[in-house]
Amino acid sequence: MIPPSFEYASPKSLSEAIDLLASRGEGAKVIAGGQSLIPLLKLRLASPSLLVDINRIPGLNRIEESGDLLRIGAMTRMAEVEASALVREDYPIIHDASAVIGDPLVRNLGTMGGNVSHGDPNNDMPAVMLALGAEFIATGPAGERKIKSQDFFLDAFTVALNHDEILTEIRVPRCLPRSGGCYLKLEQKVADFATAGVAVQVRLTKGGECEEIGVGLTAVGPTAIKARRAEDCIRGKTPSDRAAVLELARLAAEGSNPSTDIRGTSAYKRQVIALLVSRAFRRACERAGGTS
Amino acid sequence: MDGRIPITVTVNGVKKEAEVEPRLLLVHFIREDLGLTGTHVGCDTSNCSACAVLMDGKVVKACTVLAVQADGRKILTVEGLSRGGKLHPVQGAFLAKHGLQCGFCTPGMLMSAYALLRENPHPTEEEIRKGISGNICRCTGYAQIVESVQQAARSKRS
Repeated sequence: MIPPSFEYASPKSLSEAIDLLASRGEGAKVIAGGQSLIPLLKLRLASPSLLVDINRIPGLNRIEESGDLLRIGAMTRMAEVEASALVREDYPIIHDASAVIGDPLVRNLGTMGGNVSHGDPNNDMPAVMLALGAEFIATGPAGERKIKSQDFFLDAFTVALNHDEILTEIRVPRCLPRSGGCYLKLEQKVADFATAGVAVQVRLTKGGECEEIGVGLTAVGPTAIKARRAEDCIRGKTPSDRAAVLELARLAAEGSNPSTDIRGTSAYKRQVIALLVSRAFRRACERAGGTS
Repeated sequence: MDGRIPITVTVNGVKKEAEVEPRLLLVHFIREDLGLTGTHVGCDTSNCSACAVLMDGKVVKACTVLAVQADGRKILTVEGLSRGGKLHPVQGAFLAKHGLQCGFCTPGMLMSAYALLRENPHPTEEEIRKGISGNICRCTGYAQIVESVQQAARSKRS
C-alpha cells in the first residue's frame, strides 16, 4: 500500500515547525513516531498536503520530576517510558500502559505525545492521563498553553489542539505518599487494540480509605472516558469493602458506552469494564500501600 | 518542497545516497532502490514485522517508517548480519534449531532476536516471547523460534 503524495518538512526547531503549521493551515499534519499516522496514510484515511516531522527537534524527549510535577516530553518513545525506573517505581499506571501499547517495534518509535494527541479512543494513554489528572502543554504561535486532560479529548480523533499547535509536554501530578495506580487491558492478541481497558489511580488515607481516585476507560466510547460517578462512589471506602467495590464496578460499566464489534458485544465489554475496574482498583490500592 | 528529497542512509555500513519521494516507505527503499530483498513485505499493515530492520540500533517496522525519516541514520538489514560469509550466531541458531519452516517471517524474526540479545544477552523464555511478540509466524507455533533464540544466547556466551 502506497501513501498519497505529500510534501515533507523536517524542521530543526519548534518555532520553525509551528511556522510551517500556521502557514499551511489544515492541510499540514504533524508526524511524531508515525506508528498510527503512517498506517492511516497507507489506507488513505488521511491525506495531508504537508507532513511536519518533529523527530529532529531537540528537547522534546525527557522524563523528569520537577517541583510538584512529573514532566514527560511529547517525543519520549514508549520504549523509553517502559524502561524508565522512575516511571516503573513511582508511576506504575504509566508503566503498565507503556508495556502493552502495540508491540516492541511499535514502542521503539511510538511516542507519548502521539498516543495522546492522535485522539484514537482505542489508544491506552488517554485513559491513564484522565485517571492521573494530567495536563498537556500545547505550543503554538502565541506560546504555550495548558490544557487539562478532561478538556482535551473532544471526540473520536479530535482533541483540543489547534492546527498550528504541537503537544510538547505531558505533566502529571508528582507521586505522593500512599498513592498508586494500575492500568489493565484486555486484548485478543499482542498489538491489537483493547477490547476494553481501565486506568485507576488512588491516594489512600493513613487508615487505608480511598481519599482521591481517578478512573479512566479505554475503547468503550468515542473518546477515553473519565468515570466520574464511579470515582465519587468509592471515596472514603476501603478496597476490602466488597459492596463498595461492586458499586464501583457497576458505575464504571454504566459510565462506559461500548459498541458491538469484532472484539465483543456491548454487553460483554461492559462486563469486562466491571471486572477490570475492580481488579485495577485493588491493585492500585496495594501499590499505594494499603491492603485489599 | 514538492518532489524528491535527497537522503543519505548508512545501510549495513555502506553509505547510500538517493533522491526519494517523501511518501516512499523505508521498506520499498531498501528492497527496490537498494535491491536488498532479504527484508520482506508481509502484511503491509504494520502487524507482522516481516519487514523489521534496525534503525540506529532499535528494531522498527520498515513498512511504517518513511525513507526520508531514515536520512542520516544507520540501518541494519538481515543482509548485514553475516560477516565474511559466516552466519551470525543468531542465524546459525535458527538453522541448527529449525527455527523456520517457510522462512517468510525469518528475516524479521532474526532482526528482533538480534535486537533483543543486544539489549538482554541472557533473556528468560518469557523475555524472549515478549521480545518477538511483534513478529508473526504462521508456520512454527513459535516453539522452535524460542529455542533458536535460547540457543543463540548460549552460543554468544561461549
